[in-house]
Amino acid sequence: MFSARDKCAIAGVGFTDYSKKSGRTVRSLASEACLKAIQDAGLAVEDVDGIVSYNFNDSVPAIAVATELGVPQAGYAVDFLAGGNAANLIVLTAVAAIEAGLAKTVVCYRAMNGRSGFRLGGGREMRAQGITQFTAPFGWITYPQAMAMWCRRHMIEYGTTSDQLGEIAVTLRQNAVLNERAMQRQPLTMEDYRASRMIVEPFRLLDICLESDGACAVVVTSSERARDLAQKPVYIAGGAYGGGPMQGEDLFDAIRWPDHSHNYSRYISDDLWNSAGLGPGDVDVAEIYDCFTYSIIMQLEGFGFCKEGEGGAFAGGGRIARDGELPVNTHGGLLSEAYIHGFNHVVEAVEQLRGQSGPRQVPDAEVALTTAGAMTCGSAMVLHN
Amino acid sequence: MGYQKPLPSPDPESAPFWEGCRQGKLLIQRCRSCGQHRFPPTVFCPSCRSHDTEWVESSGRGKVFSWIVVRHPVPKEVYGEDVPYIVAIITLDEGVRLVSDLIEIAPEAVTADMAVEVRFKPATEEFVLPLFAPASAPDGGGA
Repeated sequence: MFSARDKCAIAGVGFTDYSKKSGRTVRSLASEACLKAIQDAGLAVEDVDGIVSYNFNDSVPAIAVATELGVPQAGYAVDFLAGGNAANLIVLTAVAAIEAGLAKTVVCYRAMNGRSGFRLGGGREMRAQGITQFTAPFGWITYPQAMAMWCRRHMIEYGTTSDQLGEIAVTLRQNAVLNERAMQRQPLTMEDYRASRMIVEPFRLLDICLESDGACAVVVTSSERARDLAQKPVYIAGGAYGGGPMQGEDLFDAIRWPDHSHNYSRYISDDLWNSAGLGPGDVDVAEIYDCFTYSIIMQLEGFGFCKEGEGGAFAGGGRIARDGELPVNTHGGLLSEAYIHGFNHVVEAVEQLRGQSGPRQVPDAEVALTTAGAMTCGSAMVLHN
Repeated sequence: MGYQKPLPSPDPESAPFWEGCRQGKLLIQRCRSCGQHRFPPTVFCPSCRSHDTEWVESSGRGKVFSWIVVRHPVPKEVYGEDVPYIVAIITLDEGVRLVSDLIEIAPEAVTADMAVEVRFKPATEEFVLPLFAPASAPDGGGA
């Protein structure tokens, strides 16, 4: 269990524009976001001695970004070959590096040309080796197809409905309407949702997140140090990473997973809350990984906001709206702000806790949850101001 | 035009499975030490870690565990003519799951836990795929 409660804090955040076509290299997106985060913290590049990122072969090594930034000496420069499950893991690993004395100030980032370049959403090389030899020949190839299979189980077991998924999409879009950096700002109604194209039953177009070009970065340093810097520190109270048994190699290697109506969250929930000394009832804003509307339902249940099977009902009736009982994805999420592989959730949580979210501000937000991951593996953090 | 869909790349552990399909047999591994069946094929048993393995022929019958109906073809050039198609996770009577396509059934007619049975369909000269259709009555009578 994470045992470095409140030892480190996020001291700076930075991000680029989010678009369908950045017209720039991933390296330059990364460098821009990292530089902004460093400057936001009131630091100079020379103060940075660690850099961490994650990617699926669609980025550049962290040390390349450190080079472009002009970092004099990086004692900790690490890349994880990982997906959306790693967004919080990289911050936790920065904490571990700082605690172990490998670095003092670590910049964590995710950068991708996820729309104009390598698109995770589909149309990728149709490999059929290893585990996918048992899935791709049958036309089970894209991430929406993978997750739709899981969602069906929740509908079978608990009667979750398409409209319940739609309410999530509509609610999150309301937040994006207020978010000047969001890619999708057109208001959405349930009629719009029901009329949207069925992509892979049970998922409609609006159940599926965006594909984006862009980058997000944060600076992590010791809490003591953060208190001397330019912004109000956002402390990392707790964190956890992992999942259940038989996680498999990737999204399509999950036929041995014990229960497809639940994801990684139920396995790491106890460690998460215990490490932070807080519980679901303490959370003021929850930035939950939403590659699909359905993934929010599993995480609301898995992290203990509601009982198993009740995620669909819990997410309805305005409960997860910005002015509801549990504001979720106050930026519009991966569904409506942008898909920076979950790292934009960390940026949003930090800004909310600093009181910098303008029209989207949740009043008196003190505790935030950030989650990353949809299926067999994921990471989460509890932050507070 | 040729066959454009992905074809399996058999490896030493999976080769017997695909060879079985060519012969019209659905072969799965069974651990001789603890008796557990397993799929996909592995070198040792994930339950008891014994290397003592045999391939057995499955009854080919199972139930639909979950399914999707693909309506938007990705990529379009390959699946444009096939949509809508049904992909399912099937739990075989032996207790293991596998992924396949449901055939001989309309998408609207699929229900959870419905009984299905394997049908072998050649994809190319080299590969035969195990697909699944609604099961006939246990005594072999017509639907």
